[in-house]
Amino acid sequence: MPFSAQPPASGERYALSASLDNARHLSSLLRAVHFQEHATCLATASGLRVTVEDAKCIQANAFIQAEIFQEFSVQEESVMFRISLSVLLDCLTIFGTSSLPGTSTALRMCYRGYGYPLMLFLEEGGVVTVCKINTQESDELLDFDFCSTKVVNKIILQSEGLREAFSELDMTSEVLQITMSPDKPYLRLSTFGNAGSAHLDYPRDSDLMEAFHCTQTQTNRYKISLLKPSTKALALSCKVSIRTDAQGFLSLQYMIRNEDGQICFVEYYCCPDENITEAEL
Amino acid sequence: LSRIGDELYLEPTESGLSLRAVNSSRSAFASFLFAPLFFQLYEPGSAGPDTELFRCKVHMKSFLGIFRSLPSLEKSVGKCLILLKPRASRLVLQLHCKYGVTKTHNLAFQECERLQAVFDTQRCASRLCAPARVLAEAVVHFPLTLAEVTLGTGPGGKISLRNYVEEEAEPSKTMVTELWLAEDEFQSVAVTPGSNITFCLKEFRGLLSFAEASNLPLTIHFDEPGRPVIFTLDDTVLEVHLVLATLSNLESNSQSPSTNGVSHLPATSDDFPDDLESYMIAMETSEGGIEGPPSPTFPLCTPPPAESEPEEDEEEEGAVPGTPPHKKVRGGCAWGQGVGRASSLSPQFSPQFRSLFFGSVMTPGRPGPTTNQEVLVEDSDGES
Repeated sequence: MPFSAQPPASGERYALSASLDNARHLSSLLRAVHFQEHATCLATASGLRVTVEDAKCIQANAFIQAEIFQEFSVQEESVMFRISLSVLLDCLTIFGTSSLPGTSTALRMCYRGYGYPLMLFLEEGGVVTVCKINTQESDELLDFDFCSTKVVNKIILQSEGLREAFSELDMTSEVLQITMSPDKPYLRLSTFGNAGSAHLDYPRDSDLMEAFHCTQTQTNRYKISLLKPSTKALALSCKVSIRTDAQGFLSLQYMIRNEDGQICFVEYYCCPDENITEAEL
Repeated sequence: LSRIGDELYLEPTESGLSLRAVNSSRSAFASFLFAPLFFQLYEPGSAGPDTELFRCKVHMKSFLGIFRSLPSLEKSVGKCLILLKPRASRLVLQLHCKYGVTKTHNLAFQECERLQAVFDTQRCASRLCAPARVLAEAVVHFPLTLAEVTLGTGPGGKISLRNYVEEEAEPSKTMVTELWLAEDEFQSVAVTPGSNITFCLKEFRGLLSFAEASNLPLTIHFDEPGRPVIFTLDDTVLEVHLVLATLSNLESNSQSPSTNGVSHLPATSDDFPDDLESYMIAMETSEGGIEGPPSPTFPLCTPPPAESEPEEDEEEEGAVPGTPPHKKVRGGCAWGQGVGRASSLSPQFSPQFRSLFFGSVMTPGRPGPTTNQEVLVEDSDGES
């Protein structure tokens, strides 16, 4: 494959080609789902979705809509490949991660198609870096079959209220237990660690509550090690929606506002650890 | 308190909530007594005629973990509720935060014996009182890794601080730092000239930063080498004591005055510090003995403060008018007798820090002063 240091002319057919004035719009979102080495990228006309999975129990998706990009074109109906997310992030942040005001890294991304590497052209202050990252075939992704019609309980909170709680979660606890109920305690996050148990209660009438739709009392436990990475997404977000379905599957959706005020989403899906009906003290 | 020990002892009393810690070698003890007025609500529970108020100990790390980030605590926490639930075996700490959020922590605790160091500020020959800032500025000259420091009284009322250098250290490879503080830097100076004591600086630093942060003057009570040095902070709602063992010189021990009850101390085993808990000590106070029947359920080390206080209410000699008298001196038990004994029985430990003796038990069923006391293991539960 011929290697060229120049960005491709717009006439060439690339399965995916995109331009972004500020690579941070992409890198910060990808960091929010970076808890595994590899990710699956899916590009469609509506934008880019990057998926990371672990243990067949948890899936995180970062969505960057086409509107965020200055240029975004996908030739086929959809383009999908597997790539090292660690390497991708290293390349996107090759000029450093600190954000000086007024400076940003410009990005041009090109993908010829199946079997070809992903090309990145990054420019900052007149310096250009070209990266070529090998791609792989994507494995089948988990389908949590989580749709809004099956949602039993839904709460939307301002992220500010959860940020500290998540960063201070007792990691000696194996599980994070989430109780959602139309009655007290409404929303309760619990851990059971070496020191003892800890419960964090959010009342229904709290100023943090943006929406509260709970139809039945549910208590579910999730492996804390799987959910802990979601703290990154929480840190970036302004709002979070917590939803559970009848099986206890958890959906966390984070609304993230980037530097230019545009909205992007990151979501985490998680399987419950086991079925329990009563919380331990 | 976490600079002292790994476990936090909580003892509710009628005079307030006492938080205490002791280090593993029993050479440092600290207690913080928060008066009922410190709290919005203080209910120590009720003690029956045969039972004491419930007390417990928790892992320091677990307790501190609840108060992890001070700045965010100040911003977001309105009030904190502490409940001791013996039947549920839980110490409950509930933080009421912004936005109506409630954080409830249920900590497991262990029951414990009363943790009490044996010391008496009244029996200290020397006393210094200084704003914490003065001492903090003095101590800053010593490296953070320095273990021990010597405090001395020199001519002209000057006070010296010098890093302690082991005898075995090579003179050419050691650096000695010494600084002198003039008498007028202190709020009060009542010292025996020519005295000096060596104590562990690391454990002292913790109290010093607290004193600085709370802007309270620090009082240092000391006596001969080998007797403990007692640091106190006094406030209307808080009383702090830090008791540190000091390095002793073997020669000076033979001059230790002995009081009643000492003569029955048995011989120690060779590993003296480890057997401290099984060491017998004299429990008698020099003021006239232990009053009241011993409790059959919970052993008491001393009579409740109220009963032994009257003699200690008067101000000390040389105290600056307005300095609060040291009303709540713990124990009132004589110090040092055991120490004198210990050193003569375990000559291989010299010079060394004497472990503080902890008042713990009274032989149940015997009225009046007892001269032969058995020290039971301090923690009723073995492993943590």
